[in-house]
Amino acid sequence: MSTTFTLNGKSVTVQADENSPLLWAIRDELNLKGTKFGCGKAACGACTLHVNGNAVRSCSYAIKFAAGKEITTIEGLSPGDELHPVQQAWMEEIVPQCGYCQPGFMMATAAMLEQIPNPTDEDIDNNIVNVCRCATYYRMRKAIHRAAEIKSQTT
Amino acid sequence: MRKRLAFITLLLLTLTGAGFSLADDRSDEPASQQNRDQADTPFSVMMKVITHKRCMNCHPAGDQPRQGADSHLHNFNVQRGADGHGIAALQCSTCHQPENNDFSGVPGAPHWHLAPRSMAWEGMSRTEIARSILNPENNGGKTLEETVKHMTEDDLVLWAFEPGVDDEGNLREKPPVSEEDFIAAVKAWAAAGAVIPEE
Repeated sequence: MSTTFTLNGKSVTVQADENSPLLWAIRDELNLKGTKFGCGKAACGACTLHVNGNAVRSCSYAIKFAAGKEITTIEGLSPGDELHPVQQAWMEEIVPQCGYCQPGFMMATAAMLEQIPNPTDEDIDNNIVNVCRCATYYRMRKAIHRAAEIKSQTT
Repeated sequence: MRKRLAFITLLLLTLTGAGFSLADDRSDEPASQQNRDQADTPFSVMMKVITHKRCMNCHPAGDQPRQGADSHLHNFNVQRGADGHGIAALQCSTCHQPENNDFSGVPGAPHWHLAPRSMAWEGMSRTEIARSILNPENNGGKTLEETVKHMTEDDLVLWAFEPGVDDEGNLREKPPVSEEDFIAAVKAWAAAGAVIPEE
């Protein structure tokens, strides 16, 4: 089956079983490796990307639901060479350890900041529930506050 | 002689005891028959579904859904949010799509979300639940006809009968009544005046 959607601003068409997880189309057919497979059961968040601006766990999202939608992966979080506030903050706070979970966290954070521009620690606790086995959570928290600060300065 | 007398006495006592048992069974029959009759009423059939975990898990009294056979609080600290669809970066639709996902084991149905607080059933008796269902202040202003339509046609309500598999590929438990029987029971109950029995 053929499915057409917008990926990081460009129209793409993928040939895949309609129930195939979007994650595999992104990684295997479209060769964007930033979105990761972690658990395959929507429990860890490593596969988080945006569908029409909302955080979605792509391992549990059939490609047929992507038809006609705007999909954004970590590669497309910031157009061009400019860094997204989340990316900038992540670098400033040296958040990643092994790095595997980080794209998912950054996509979840970016989605949250669109709706909660100045999140409290409780907002972060409630919204950012991805899993990091390297336990970089404390650096992430600092980076999320920093990203909110950068975002408020640039908008 | 004494042994023979004792044996006969014991035999008589045993037979007498069995006779009493049989008599007890016969006296139980009307009650069990009565229970069976109650169990088959449209109201009871309907409530068997409504009080099943497939429905109760998403009609919580608090601000978190429940999940699973043991109705534990939904993993990941999932929250109700302002409108029952979750919160900013953790909406229901972050994981739940319009259909069950057999790859991940995540259940899905159109407009997956929590029932509003006014439709909380957790901790209520079946008659309290029924009264809440009929109360326009609780059910979103629905008439009886609209309530019946919701209960018999809404995709999310009827998801209970096709709940898919869990993350280990095991079929989720369905309510103890078929979809067809549930729909028939709801309609029959409403047609007879939506009477809620005294309990």
